Amino acid sequence: MSTFWSLWVAILSILTLVLVFSLLYWNMKNYAGVEEGKSMGHEFDGIEELNNPLPAWWTKMFWATAVWAAYYLLAYPGLGNYEGFLGWKSSIQGIQTIAEGKEKSAKALEEGYRVQYDTELRDAEAVFGPIFEQYASQDVKTLAKDEDALEIGKRLYLQNCSQCHASDARGGTGFPNLTDNDWLYGGSPEKIKETLMHGRNAVMPGWSSSMGEQGIKQLTAYVISLSGREVDATLAKAGEAKFGVCAACHGADGKGSIAHGLPMGAPNLTDDIWLYGGSERAISETLRHGRNGVMPAWKDILGEDKIHLVTAYIYSLSNNK
Amino acid sequence: MSATSSATPIYNFDIVKKFAVMAVIWGLIGMSAGVLIAAQLVWPELNFDTPWFTYSRLRPLHTNAVIFAFGGCALFATSYYVVQRTCQTRIFSDKIANFTFWGWQAVIVCAIISLPLGMTSSKEYAELEWPIDILIAIVWIAYAIVFFGTIVKRTTSHIYVANWFYGGFILTVAVLHIGNSMAIPVSFTKSYSIYAGAVDAMMQWWYGHNAVGFFLTAGFLGMMYYFVPKQAERPVYSYRLSVVHFWSLISLYIWAGPHHLHYTALPDWTQSLGMVMSIVLFVPSWGGMINGIMTLSGAWHKLRTDPILRFMIVSLSFYGMSTFEGPMMAIKSVNALSHYTDWTVGHVHSGALGWVAMISIGSLYHLIPRVFGRERMYSIKLINVHFWLATAGVVLYIVAMWITGVMEGMMWRAINADGTLTYSFIEIVAQKKPFNIIRWVGGLCVVTGMILMLYNVIRTIRSDKTADESISSPAAQATA
Repeated sequence: MSTFWSLWVAILSILTLVLVFSLLYWNMKNYAGVEEGKSMGHEFDGIEELNNPLPAWWTKMFWATAVWAAYYLLAYPGLGNYEGFLGWKSSIQGIQTIAEGKEKSAKALEEGYRVQYDTELRDAEAVFGPIFEQYASQDVKTLAKDEDALEIGKRLYLQNCSQCHASDARGGTGFPNLTDNDWLYGGSPEKIKETLMHGRNAVMPGWSSSMGEQGIKQLTAYVISLSGREVDATLAKAGEAKFGVCAACHGADGKGSIAHGLPMGAPNLTDDIWLYGGSERAISETLRHGRNGVMPAWKDILGEDKIHLVTAYIYSLSNNK
Repeated sequence: MSATSSATPIYNFDIVKKFAVMAVIWGLIGMSAGVLIAAQLVWPELNFDTPWFTYSRLRPLHTNAVIFAFGGCALFATSYYVVQRTCQTRIFSDKIANFTFWGWQAVIVCAIISLPLGMTSSKEYAELEWPIDILIAIVWIAYAIVFFGTIVKRTTSHIYVANWFYGGFILTVAVLHIGNSMAIPVSFTKSYSIYAGAVDAMMQWWYGHNAVGFFLTAGFLGMMYYFVPKQAERPVYSYRLSVVHFWSLISLYIWAGPHHLHYTALPDWTQSLGMVMSIVLFVPSWGGMINGIMTLSGAWHKLRTDPILRFMIVSLSFYGMSTFEGPMMAIKSVNALSHYTDWTVGHVHSGALGWVAMISIGSLYHLIPRVFGRERMYSIKLINVHFWLATAGVVLYIVAMWITGVMEGMMWRAINADGTLTYSFIEIVAQKKPFNIIRWVGGLCVVTGMILMLYNVIRTIRSDKTADESISSPAAQATA
């Protein structure tokens, strides 16, 4: 904030409070020219107003708020750029980048400012950090058998992942089921952890412009036939001829990238699991417009030690039977 | 009577009648919408699997209908009535007043159509899209012209305190509405705010909190300052108290908005200032309550026989309670617990149902027989039943919300020995179910009361028992 705006804020704030309390002071005296308790002498549609004094308990309470307001505005940031004598901040103010924030946070802690957000994080890390470090030193398969570790992993899951993958981890349209041992990017502890740490960006291109509406229709029929459902044979035959471009990711047999040791997360089209729906309409939508699945990266949000426990929980869902 | 002209004015009660009847009807509709969405929180299938009946679309319909349709019509009706009677003059312009009536009803109908269709600016209490916003602004300016025009041509020497509050409310709401609704249209039904990020949030809650402060408080204090002394037949307790609390209330309220954004990306200085002003505001708010309740001194016995006065006094008690609760919730450490919980919802309803609705209902019961030239309401007994239904409903509602609000706030922040949160969101939702049922029952009581009110109003209007000449004649209008 520039000095001008800082002064603007401070002066307007103080002026408002000073005027309010001057008004109170002025009205504590009987200036009305009428004896206290008597009518002011105006009358509006039969209503008169008495000149009663302000209740004493009420005026005292009012003055008490004045004292408190003055103290608070001296102690805490409130009047423009003035930072308050306690050196308290809720968080580092006015930063433009994360790097700048980290730098200013470190400096503020050094200089003895009480930056609430940063100090709370630091204190929590001191208490809870060792607990997670201890779990992080064990391998995922061991943790997947450890009741206490799974309990923590489950809570972290419920609070951070259930919004998309659901409370029972069975997912929903567009969000994979994590309990069925069917994996887009691999179900080993290492692969699950990699997905959690760095996120995934799936790209299924849209084919409507290159294939045309008839092409989409044929491909849809062929894709449906892959999971053993009955379709119009001529359409499916025509679709199979066009499947070459799809095979690059899904494999010539349509069994998906994992089956062929490929990394791009293309689903198996021959089973009965459909991320975006398996109806003719849903499949043709996917082919026509493509899909962009996004799994966010949690590395900077949860940190590796906590992700380790979430990994164990996710792993246990398919492997603890 | 100071400086009254010798010719007795003939008031325009027609405009008051129209707004008063619509207030009752919109009240019933808006509150019924609230009961429906309260039921959806317990039985989600009540959205009937349609987009139009989902909670997210009906909730703004409920808030707009009760605040702007019910509250708005009640404010229009009473302000047109009060400003004429206390200025001893006919309304400035019948035509413009009529325009405000039809314009305002058009706004409400547009809201009822556009909100369920999903058209929204997504700003709370300002959801209506830009063409409706423009209509609101035009109607509001017309309202200001009628109101202040009437003040200017008054035949009394002073301006009565009720009119200070009505005037403050009309002026500030114009500024708030126009300021916050500034947007760039991208189509006829969609626009984007011209403000961005934290500035947009600040503008929104500057507006949002002052919708409470000026629409739902100052306006209804205007109502209180006329109808309480009238119904109690007592003078206003303290003129000097009204001077202090009016000016401090309007100067402090406008600063209080940032307390809706504690612990957000809003700068610290804004949050601190909002909190300080909110807490100082507590005392002048109570000034209004004291002045209303103390006006009854010497007339307390009337509470035993007069359910209309009971409505007014209970509304003032709820006003006092909410204006204590509000500043308390504006304290950062209290807000850290209460924010985003049902406690906020309970607080709003103790203000909206306890204070705003009850003072309006009391005032309408006072005003309707007078503007329709009837001796009194059709049934005083039904008013009494309405009073108890409304009181029981509000108490059930806010107690349920206090319990679930504090409970969910505590559950959200509960942590295990390893620092992870103890409860997942859905576990907390499940815990709230019984209290959501109590809240719904409370709402049902309130709506039942409104049905009785509508029946009572219809019977009053239809009855052929006109008041004796002395009440309906122009000469008596001036003094009654």
